[in-house]
Amino acid sequence: MKRMTKKNRANFLTYGGVILAYLLIRVYDGTVGLSSMIQGLLVPICAYVTMALALNLVVGVSGELSLGHAGFMSVGAFSGTAAAIALQNAIPLAPLRLAVAMAIGAAFAALAGFLIGIPVLRLNGDYLAIVTLAFGEIIKSVFNNLYVGLDAKGFHFSFLNDTVSSRLGAGGKLLIGGPMGISGIKIISSFTAGIILVLLTLVIIFNLVNSRAGRAIMAARDNRIAAESVGVNVTKYKMMAFVTSAALAGAAGGLYTMSLSTVVANKFDFNTSILILVFVVLGGMGNMWGSILSASFLTLLPELLRKFNLDQYRMLVYAIVLIIVMVVTNSPFLQQLVENVTGRFKKEAPAEAEEGGEGNG
Amino acid sequence: MTFLSYLIQGISLGSIYAIIALGYTMVYGIAKMLNFAHGDVIMVGGYMCFFATSGLRGNFPDGSVAQTVVPGLAGLLLAMAVCTLLGVTIERLAYKPLRQAPSLAVLITAIGVSYFLQNGAQVLWTSNPKVCTSVIGRGAITLGGLSISHVILLTVAMCVVIMVALTWFTGNTRMGKAMRACSEDKAAAQLMGINVDATISMTFAIGSALAAVAGVLFTSAYPTLMPTTGALPGIKAFTAAVFGGIGSIPGAMLGGILLGVIETFAKGYISTQVSDAIVFAVLIIILLVKPAGLLGKRIPEKV
Repeated sequence: MKRMTKKNRANFLTYGGVILAYLLIRVYDGTVGLSSMIQGLLVPICAYVTMALALNLVVGVSGELSLGHAGFMSVGAFSGTAAAIALQNAIPLAPLRLAVAMAIGAAFAALAGFLIGIPVLRLNGDYLAIVTLAFGEIIKSVFNNLYVGLDAKGFHFSFLNDTVSSRLGAGGKLLIGGPMGISGIKIISSFTAGIILVLLTLVIIFNLVNSRAGRAIMAARDNRIAAESVGVNVTKYKMMAFVTSAALAGAAGGLYTMSLSTVVANKFDFNTSILILVFVVLGGMGNMWGSILSASFLTLLPELLRKFNLDQYRMLVYAIVLIIVMVVTNSPFLQQLVENVTGRFKKEAPAEAEEGGEGNG
Repeated sequence: MTFLSYLIQGISLGSIYAIIALGYTMVYGIAKMLNFAHGDVIMVGGYMCFFATSGLRGNFPDGSVAQTVVPGLAGLLLAMAVCTLLGVTIERLAYKPLRQAPSLAVLITAIGVSYFLQNGAQVLWTSNPKVCTSVIGRGAITLGGLSISHVILLTVAMCVVIMVALTWFTGNTRMGKAMRACSEDKAAAQLMGINVDATISMTFAIGSALAAVAGVLFTSAYPTLMPTTGALPGIKAFTAAVFGGIGSIPGAMLGGILLGVIETFAKGYISTQVSDAIVFAVLIIILLVKPAGLLGKRIPEKV
């Protein structure tokens, strides 16, 4: 019982931390004013935080390495954004249209997650990882060659060659233009919407993790055979985590692209998947607060380096920071040191062990 | 005839993938890590060869045989030397401290090394594409109406030689046996008096030297060289290694060649734009039917 309340408190600190960060940024923006560079990064940060949380559900909680999560982001981005453009006249209210578009994006991504999950979750370890990578690349190829148009008669599709443009009736428009992607997107994403998505993601993940299903997922992660032997349907619960994660990634994709004026499929490639995985591992697997911090910090870092006139070296510095952080946090000597320090704290004040709400802003 | 020429092209591309995949598979077999920086070592090899050939070429009379052969050989040797050194250094600095760390931490470090090499190359050599002159020359032989370029012949020959040499090396030499022992069980190998650290360093040295060879061959076949040149062949070769069963040397070879042939056929007969998607789709199907890859050993789970 005590363990549960402790966990709940950590979760509430995470919610509180996100809301506090939002308020601080808003107040700062209102009084001092944020630079336009940071302002432009607010929505992408929310999208990446959501992506990192979603991937953490698969990698940290469910224990499966996915190297193709950008694919789900891409599905959500394309279907959501196309829906937003199609619904432009039907729903004039921008925030509502954004919400509907993101829900559509999430639904399509969930469907993709389910279809991909069927074969993928039969495998394990590195083989699962490589198959998710393969699916990510396939999704990218599909969107690079997909043409979707909309006119009074409904949707038109074609693959590989653009036959849609010629078939479109009067007033019709090309929604997805193959390698050209989607252009002419109305920017309707906002920082507030982004924070709401992050909070919603946290609610979904915390509730899932603290439920019977969540415990089953973690049991299957820790020992698949033991979990099966006590009657846990491992595939079902792994699928639950995978599909939830895909849906959240889809919503994040929708949020992200609707903050840009154009989007192409190549934006969501292997490198994007890896970037998000880096957020998750650096923040600590299974630790949601860590994902939030590392996704925000690592999205800001290259831009901050740009400011310090290190433009040419910024990605080099990024790489070095990444390697050093990984080597240092995994060095046995430092782990021992940390253990000694926290061990001392634990003896003096056992409640201090799970602090989460500090260091934001 | 087009079928045959596609097949030959496919085998040639596949041989390059196979050489890269051999490096992946050896490192995976022993260090149990996916060395994501492997593709970028190829790129470094390509640049080394480019600098050696373009620097030396002017010293020889135009059109002579020596003008192709000497700079080509020098380029290959320089690339191999630099890449071997690079591979061992990377292992020492970035991977060795993580020997006991969880595999995902090592994976992220490897990704960091990959970013480092790509961006380092961009700072040093700019992102402007460099056009390589082939180390082998543009000649071709004609065989029953079918023209096969020297590049293709040399690539395939090189691949076969490397594969035979590696099989012999791991099967018959002291170091090779040590490698196999380490890949079975590191702790037991150490108890038998095998220097595990030295063996792992050696594996990285061999893997990186192979990457250098692949880099030279790759830039001979596809002459545009950029800091990101290595990334895609790296991913594909990794796929090839999994395809054939990761950890298995003949598997890497088979996987690489099959992948190359499928890719070339998909490009030739279906569409260039979706060839990668087709390659990956075939991979997924193979893994569903044979979850440990074509020649991989299926290790039963112990309770």
